[in-house]
Amino acid sequence: MDDFNSETDSDYTSYWRDWFISSRGNEYFCEIDEEYLTDRFNLTGLNTEVQYYQHALDLVTDVFDFDCDDDMREAIEKSARHLYGLVHARYIVTTRGLAKMLEKFKKSDFGKCPRVLCEAQPLLPMGQSDVANTSPVKLYCARCEDLYNPKSSRHAIIDGAYFGTSFHNILFQVYPAMLPPKSQRRYEPRVFGFRVHAAASLARWQADEREKMKERLRVARIETGFEDEDEEDEDDLGEEDEEMELADAFESAVVQH
Amino acid sequence: MSSSSQVTESWISSFCGLLGHEYFAEVSEDFIEDDFNLTGLQSQVPMYKEALEMILDVEPEDDEDEEEEEEEDEDDDEILGDEKPSGYRRANDRRHLRIASDLSVIESSAELLYGLIHQRYITSRPGIQQMAEKYELQHFGTCPRVYCNSCKVLPVGLNDSPGHDTVKLFCPSCLDVYTPPNSRFQTVDGAFFGTTFGSLFFMTFSDLDIGGSRNSSTGAADALLAIQAAQQEVKNRRDATPAHITSINGVAPHNLAPGLGPGNIYEPRIYGFRVSERARSGPRMKWLRMRPADITELDETRRYWEEREEDGDRPDDDDLNMVDVQEGKADRRKKIVGRRRRANASGNGGGSPMDTNGVGGVG
Ligand SMILES: [Zn+2]
Ligand SMILES: [Zn+2]
Repeated sequence: MDDFNSETDSDYTSYWRDWFISSRGNEYFCEIDEEYLTDRFNLTGLNTEVQYYQHALDLVTDVFDFDCDDDMREAIEKSARHLYGLVHARYIVTTRGLAKMLEKFKKSDFGKCPRVLCEAQPLLPMGQSDVANTSPVKLYCARCEDLYNPKSSRHAIIDGAYFGTSFHNILFQVYPAMLPPKSQRRYEPRVFGFRVHAAASLARWQADEREKMKERLRVARIETGFEDEDEEDEDDLGEEDEEMELADAFESAVVQH
Repeated sequence: MSSSSQVTESWISSFCGLLGHEYFAEVSEDFIEDDFNLTGLQSQVPMYKEALEMILDVEPEDDEDEEEEEEEDEDDDEILGDEKPSGYRRANDRRHLRIASDLSVIESSAELLYGLIHQRYITSRPGIQQMAEKYELQHFGTCPRVYCNSCKVLPVGLNDSPGHDTVKLFCPSCLDVYTPPNSRFQTVDGAFFGTTFGSLFFMTFSDLDIGGSRNSSTGAADALLAIQAAQQEVKNRRDATPAHITSINGVAPHNLAPGLGPGNIYEPRIYGFRVSERARSGPRMKWLRMRPADITELDETRRYWEEREEDGDRPDDDDLNMVDVQEGKADRRKKIVGRRRRANASGNGGGSPMDTNGVGGVG
């Protein structure tokens, strides 16, 4: 990453946060409001998490005025990036932060799901831990509800704690209209046109689990959210019988041809 | 560099060396020269003969050219330098004209033909072996799914006829398909790899440990979580599946979708609390990544027979499709394969849609 160097920025129009979010590799971050950053309440507890906390905060808020050597400057830079990330995790679950991340999500700034059957569903960044330096950022697909590694190594090294474990789930709670329809379609491994038995039997078992879940939801009168329910019911399970035993499912598959 | 012909790269190796063609194996000339391997391709490829000649780096052979060559041989003794009889020059020019006008057509036909031959080659013994070497060297990359632990993937097609879909990557750990990470592969036709190769590969090399590396985490807390998850996983898997079971439906238990099941399913949480299935934004897709703790649950054949034998009410043989297990492994009974009701919607029309029992059933 390029270092931010205010000395070369003669006109000071490029503030630290502008520089940070427009740096290559930082595409997942949104810009944190000045107001949010300057409200000490929002930063509670971070002074013990970040080295040279006050200098780092000054740098992030463009009031840095400390004469120091390059090594010190570099150390403060590093702390400033870490501080920004930690505040970012808090900011993106606020109303304004969520709205900013939603816009980025709509533009597919976080990439698209690599799973073929998710049909380029936009992803959201997430962390598997809220503790810094635990694991790098992952991408969540709301269509298959699974986690993927970022394609670019620039993104794969970002700390997952800068996004946290809750943000992506909160976003869909706050904006349920953004939830993609779920799909029951799946890849069927084949050899010379024939389904591979081991994979097909696992798929039937999984379909059975899915139907059990759907039945639980029906009983609770909750929408299942699947786009292609009816088709697949007939295709995979034969009759509309709920809670089919595996052997029965197999029997119906055998007999009803 | 004793001879210029050795320096010139063959059409096949230059094709495979192109950017975006990294997934291709180099089909051996022996394979292409065996007419049996090309059965039926003539009707699928325009300018088939010219395309085949281009692939094999053979000069076009029509009557005129043959005459020419004879002429040339005779002339060699008499003429030195560039000067050649006018007859030769005319024929040569004519050929160049033809090549100039048709070259791009022949070139794209050659690529199509090579791709279709390639689809067949990589399911042949030498071809699948060559792909195994590429697989080991991770030429096809790894699964992007976090819980697959960088399991190595294979290029596959979703269709066997060209022009439908671009090449995809099949992960044996989650049994799913993914778009290649680099856009340069989005111009490669999936039919050049075909629908059979991916699964046939893992049936052929059933001893490969497909689990992927188990050390994706870096931090201490994550490592601890990983250890706990691994212990849980071992507990869930090894304990629940009887130890003497070495193969279920033709696959070793540890190789049946190792990236799925307990410990490998994302659990959505908000501030540490699980998001309920009953929430509107709650999880609905866990089934896609599930796997029974005791995978003998998946032995439908055995379960089926156990029940049928007791009540003696089994369907007529006419309703069943019997497939022998040729290698007579653990199970000497005849395997019964259910005819599935769906006439494969996404498929290629390759035979009746029924399951196969591993390599034994496929031959
Ligand atoms: Zn997805
Ligand atoms: Zn996978």
